Amino acid sequence: MGKQRHFRVWRGDSDGGDLVDFDVEVNEGEVVLDVIHRVQATQAPDLAVRWNCKAGKCGSCSAEINGRPRLLCMTRMSTLPPQLPVTITPLRTFPVIRDLVTDVSYNYRKAREVRSFMPPKGVEPGEYRMQQVDVERSQEFRKCIECFLCQNTCHVIRDHEENKGNFSGPRFLMRIAELDMHPLDAADEEGVDRKRAAQDEHGLGFCNITKCCTEVCPEHIKITDNALIPMKERVVDLRFDPLIRLFRRNQK
Amino acid sequence: MSEIERHHYDVVVIGAGGAGLRAAIEARELGKRTAVVCKSLFGKAHTVMAEGGIAASMGNANPRDSWQVHFRDTMRGGKFLNNWRMAELHAKEAPQRVWELETYGALFDRTKDGKISQRNFGGHEYPRLAHVGDRTGLELIRTLQQKIVSLQQDDFAQHGDYEANLKVFAECTITDLLTDADAVSGAFGYWRETGRFVRFDAPAVVLATGGIGKAFKVTSNSWEYTGDGHALALRCGAALINMEFVQFHPTGMVWPPSVKGILVTESVRGDGGVLRNSENKRFMFDYIPEVFKDQYATSEQEADRWYDDPEHNRRPPELLPRDEVARAINSEVKAGRGSPHGGVLLDVSTRLSAEVIRKRLPSMYHQFKELADVDITAEPMEVGPTCHYVMGGVQVEPDTAAASVRGLFAAGEVAGGMHGSNRLGGNSLSDLLVFGRRAGLGAATYVDSLGARRPTVRETDVDAAAQRAISPFRAEHSADAENPYLLQQELQQTMNDLVGIIRTADEIQLALKKLDGLRQRAQHVVVEGHRQFNPGWHLALDLRNLLAVSECVARAALERTESRGGHTRDDYPAMDADWRHVLLVCSQHTNGSVRVEHQEQVPMRADLSGLFELDELKKYFTADELPGGTD
Repeated sequence: MGKQRHFRVWRGDSDGGDLVDFDVEVNEGEVVLDVIHRVQATQAPDLAVRWNCKAGKCGSCSAEINGRPRLLCMTRMSTLPPQLPVTITPLRTFPVIRDLVTDVSYNYRKAREVRSFMPPKGVEPGEYRMQQVDVERSQEFRKCIECFLCQNTCHVIRDHEENKGNFSGPRFLMRIAELDMHPLDAADEEGVDRKRAAQDEHGLGFCNITKCCTEVCPEHIKITDNALIPMKERVVDLRFDPLIRLFRRNQK
Repeated sequence: MSEIERHHYDVVVIGAGGAGLRAAIEARELGKRTAVVCKSLFGKAHTVMAEGGIAASMGNANPRDSWQVHFRDTMRGGKFLNNWRMAELHAKEAPQRVWELETYGALFDRTKDGKISQRNFGGHEYPRLAHVGDRTGLELIRTLQQKIVSLQQDDFAQHGDYEANLKVFAECTITDLLTDADAVSGAFGYWRETGRFVRFDAPAVVLATGGIGKAFKVTSNSWEYTGDGHALALRCGAALINMEFVQFHPTGMVWPPSVKGILVTESVRGDGGVLRNSENKRFMFDYIPEVFKDQYATSEQEADRWYDDPEHNRRPPELLPRDEVARAINSEVKAGRGSPHGGVLLDVSTRLSAEVIRKRLPSMYHQFKELADVDITAEPMEVGPTCHYVMGGVQVEPDTAAASVRGLFAAGEVAGGMHGSNRLGGNSLSDLLVFGRRAGLGAATYVDSLGARRPTVRETDVDAAAQRAISPFRAEHSADAENPYLLQQELQQTMNDLVGIIRTADEIQLALKKLDGLRQRAQHVVVEGHRQFNPGWHLALDLRNLLAVSECVARAALERTESRGGHTRDDYPAMDADWRHVLLVCSQHTNGSVRVEHQEQVPMRADLSGLFELDELKKYFTADELPGGTD
């Protein structure tokens, strides 16, 4: 049967906590979430962890494995260094509720502040016509499973609580880009400037394109290259953004 | 007991998957103050796992498609046991519901002329499934989630409060429905985060809680699928129908063990994937049942030609309805012709290029690469049946989604009837939209009809619900204390082994005995720790529901002495026309035990039965039922 592995799992709540040691059996092919479930069933029945689909489709089981933001259900045990203990901690950017469960309500607040899709006037349901090549750009962003790993890893807010008010994070800046690239979104006709909103209301200027968000995305969405940079470029007053100028120079 | 958090709404929707969100949108648009209560975070519902697409006869890929053809396919898929009125409404309204999603911002894959692309699927005569790669469920849930946000933004603009008329209560579990003189008066539950109780005073409740897959060991379903809505309905006096019909999806992953059961989308077969056994034989040609033999290819050559020329060739048998394919795989494995890990081989690499596979089946590519080290562009997948869907559910009025208890509505997987004995792939997402909307409409209309005379919540019921919810924390059980995780594992093993894809009377009786034992033991479940986000406690409460629905499945399965769709009896292997017109109705005695009664189906309306050839109807109907029969 399986081998014993040493796990260190952060347990605690908003008042504080610590890493707790578990020795637990691991079988062939298992992912970290399987092992956490075994700890629950046999050693710590009240160990709090979020999960739903266990297939990498819902984005619920986000945590930090040996310090890296990952989905527990898509991280195979065989990919972790065999001699070292496996350390599991909650997402650092969001307040802890209990154990591995954090308060991600920041994301739902930000989601609500992005102006929704505006349907084109005079186009009846069933009459929408779009070319595949035109929907593909937004479709890439709609692959997002809202695991919030990009939000968690973004250094603008990771250790800067004070920035959360003015910065919506890569996930929701990407949402604005998605709507902005939607072939039939009628924001312009409604007098809504999505690019300006990204800059003025959602803190696009905070992003200095270090691509940390792209690196951790389990859906492999090119958040920085395909969503954030194009939007920065299209912001009307881009020539005043020194980072864009720097980036362009480096590209040459 | 300390003061319990209390909310007043017109409509409370339990569940935030496709059906729940569509119901909430409808109720809110009709001016009702609406709450959506869900066990997980907003946007994580099981609907995200739907892969293949939404069935709707828009006719974008083949203009000969129509609601009548979709209706016929649905009835055939369900072996004519379906509630024909639901199948009719579903087939007629699905296109409108899909087009409406585009006005909410959905971005489906497109045809060359810019319309919504439609793909082939098992049991559908024409390419019919609107899709986004193989992540259609994610697109559906995100689109509806964003429509909810859009309605909240309207409320913010008008009232300065996003949640003035529509609020999502996420990570909140409903444990009991409250009733007053046989009418719904509200719901009781707890916040998962804090463990604190919450009550909703509301005259209308829409159940949209999905299915019961977590009663089985090998399942494609997420932890949430514990039959909550089914059990809530039973406990407040509503009836469940068709509970013996459980769909085992033919293709779940079988290796490695930790991912056993995870879904492999039917799109793999729709896009050309073929099934082979260990002898490299395309075995599905041996399993075309009598009722379908005119519609499926009899040679590999014909099947292969069909992909390019569907007008002059018949469909490959890999695209038979799911029940047929699942049974065939089961038989091959039992006959010793299985793959190394007890499945069969599903191969799409021989027909499509690597680039096309990665484009059309991106999440399958990703899933096999990351979880099983298998590159599906170059080698076959090992697949086997996995519990996927329950056809059975709350018996509802087709037009309004109303259950037999006043004020109670149900839509989506938790409702029964629409799919008969077996659901076609793609008909679930369309079901969620069509009947989610109708449930929201039905609830709103019902609330209007009440005027100011709303049922009231009895305080004693609230106290009793609270007592029930905290009972697993009582310490006095400690001598014979039971662990909820182990009980759930035993339950899942029992249902998997004894009431699974192939059933016999002896095994079902053994299962009932075991379920009885588990129910006794469940009364002694003890949980450790406190009420703040405590998964052991949550599971202890869900167990009650799992036990109730498992008993319904087993009792109905024992009663139905024939094989049909998602109910296969080894001791009664034939389909029996005398059983087609009979529904098995489960209800709960006051002592908690389940009663099963027979109910006659309403005969199909003549204009609908007229859509079929008489020869086809003869395969399903008794002589008396046939048009012009000896009535």
